[in-house]
Amino acid sequence: MVIAKIVSSIALGLLVTVIVLLYDGIDSIVHARMQRRYGPPVIQTILDVGKLLIKENIVPRQAIPWLFNGAPVVALASTLIVFLYIPMGTLPPVLCMSGDLILIIYLFTLPAVALVIGAFASGSPWASVGAQREMVLMMSYEFPLAVVASTLAWLIYKSGFPGAPFSLETFVASNVWSLGGWMTKAGLLLLLLTMAAVIPAEVGKIPMDIPEAKTEIVEGLIVEYSGRNLALIKMTFALRTLAISCVITAMFFPFSLGKFLGFSGVFMGIIDFIWFWIKVLVIQLLGTTVIRTSFARLKIQQASWVYWVPVSITAVAGMLLIGLDKFLM
Amino acid sequence: MAEKSYTFKLPVGPVHAGLKEPVWVNIEVDGERVVGAKVRTGHVHRGIEFMSRERNLVQIIYLAERICGICSFTHVAAFLQAVESAVGMEVPKRAKYIRTIVLELERIHSHILWASVAAYTTGFDTLFQLGMELREKVQDVLEAMTGNRVNYGIGQIGGVRRDITPQVDAAIRDMLDYYRHEFDIFKEVFVEDPTVAARFRNVGVLPYEDAVKLCAVGPTARGSGIRADHRWGAPYEAYIDIEVKPIVPQDYYGKAVGDVFDRTFVRIMEVYQSLDIIEKALDGLPEGPILAEPKMVKLLTTLKKAEGEGCGIVEGPRGEDAHYIKLQSGKEEPVAWKVRAPTYANAMSWPVMFIDQEIADVPLIISSIDPCISCMDRLLVKDKSTGKTSYVDVKSLRALCVEKTRRMVSKRW
Repeated sequence: MVIAKIVSSIALGLLVTVIVLLYDGIDSIVHARMQRRYGPPVIQTILDVGKLLIKENIVPRQAIPWLFNGAPVVALASTLIVFLYIPMGTLPPVLCMSGDLILIIYLFTLPAVALVIGAFASGSPWASVGAQREMVLMMSYEFPLAVVASTLAWLIYKSGFPGAPFSLETFVASNVWSLGGWMTKAGLLLLLLTMAAVIPAEVGKIPMDIPEAKTEIVEGLIVEYSGRNLALIKMTFALRTLAISCVITAMFFPFSLGKFLGFSGVFMGIIDFIWFWIKVLVIQLLGTTVIRTSFARLKIQQASWVYWVPVSITAVAGMLLIGLDKFLM
Repeated sequence: MAEKSYTFKLPVGPVHAGLKEPVWVNIEVDGERVVGAKVRTGHVHRGIEFMSRERNLVQIIYLAERICGICSFTHVAAFLQAVESAVGMEVPKRAKYIRTIVLELERIHSHILWASVAAYTTGFDTLFQLGMELREKVQDVLEAMTGNRVNYGIGQIGGVRRDITPQVDAAIRDMLDYYRHEFDIFKEVFVEDPTVAARFRNVGVLPYEDAVKLCAVGPTARGSGIRADHRWGAPYEAYIDIEVKPIVPQDYYGKAVGDVFDRTFVRIMEVYQSLDIIEKALDGLPEGPILAEPKMVKLLTTLKKAEGEGCGIVEGPRGEDAHYIKLQSGKEEPVAWKVRAPTYANAMSWPVMFIDQEIADVPLIISSIDPCISCMDRLLVKDKSTGKTSYVDVKSLRALCVEKTRRMVSKRW
């Protein structure tokens, strides 16, 4: 049983690595087409990461080497682990029953924290400005994110579904949109909007790429990284985007295509697996690519305000609507 | 902790992703807030004025063109005016109109480029790409007219080198139509987009009084509400016939704030103004010769005989650009040539704009005056690399250069 889990974890890791690089390529092509450019080939990200892996790794003189080199590894590892908890289609997650949504939220925070530590360890003033901004940003978007996660879990718990309320499997098994009247649906819509607002900050894309802001603080957080470390960081960023799209798909869009077409057994598993990745691609394109094409970068104070005031209000309003619906019933 | 605030220094530049040319701004920051700024320049000094000492006046046109890549014809026009006033040469009217048209075409491409770069500095890549696409049209027209996209090579003492043919006339009119339709999208995004407003409004404020005190010029001054435009205040070339009103934000918004948004707004509205000027100039283009003296040998002899000094001032895309020249009879090269580029005047306003802004705004503020560092840098700086403060004068620098060339040559052969 343990060996099967190890084998499937490695297989999933490899699969996710390929998918994330391809999706990143698709993202840059769609981004380019929206700007009336042709854009790079789909495999450009693969080529980039491959090139970076064979480049020299430079450690600044003032850096603390073990912290500086360790941070990208921790960041990448923790992001990869997220995928072991995400059910893909009707397939159960590799590490089912040993983790839940709260763990996933922590795993999302961990790479950011690791990069902040790495940035402070690099000894560059630009990196420390970036690290400070990343911390402020994290503090800003954690609250709406926590509201969304706990509200959904509470909704599932109140609806009397079997299984642990915080487990993602339960989310997939139960279609959250069918768990109540119009008030619940409106509340869920508000929660979905909140998630959409949180994505750019979570994945560090425009308008919330403030910690990395290229033209302001010259890539801030990751300014001192090069070579292999930079390749790991690039992978981490791409994986974060994919992971949050996967989580949103599992939470809000668990619709099964296999069930709809009347398949069952292995067929249904395969079709739903492919269907899952298509849904993830759509979510990723809508949630990050379109957003990053249509906005300018915000300043850190403005971003913090956006998360603490309008986004938090949206999240709390969604929570109240769902709660009200359940109490009235 | 108590009341003591801890600040640290952050070097923006000389090479920075948000800057297009090397300039060094050492900002003192308290958290994200800028509390002090020091500007140092001199990284792209090339000694162009010194080079002019070994060239005749016609050859210097070539140098003047290369002071700046974006406002190259502004420098040429100012230099030509200086020489013509020193020599006392009368320029044909048609040549004056053609110069005006090239100056305005250059203003259009410079302003679109600037706006795109400002968008890029704030992370708005889509707007940057849109601006670059729009700019292609005016570049194509410039290429059709002069044969070059950047340094046009169209200026000549006493006139211009190339005439406007009916085909070029049609191409320019086609371009006017194109911009009157397509530029509106670009303007709307800048004027109405909420994220652009969030980044540009109340950032890098230069109040009216400070702009007057620090002698700001061009769109930087007009953004602060000063009605100053050389095309209006002291018309030259064809601006004598074509009326130009300076564009100031108070005419549109009722009040000039003097922030980055106002400077952007002035530049965007000036693109429309340039379109009108080009159309009027094309309609009123007089017939006649385009050169006062077409024979090169005769021109050079006249220039060699000339004695006196002259001054040329042109309103470039960045502000007023002044050239001074002194000629001596019997000498082919000028005795003195001094260029006062607009950025030199505008750079004085930087420290005022930086105070109490965020780090995120610094590159935007630097680019908001549309700096052209290579225009501005024209003085030798101290060499501090050895720890000692010593001046590197022209002679020793030249000796070092010669020595280095010898070393390289001996290595190769």
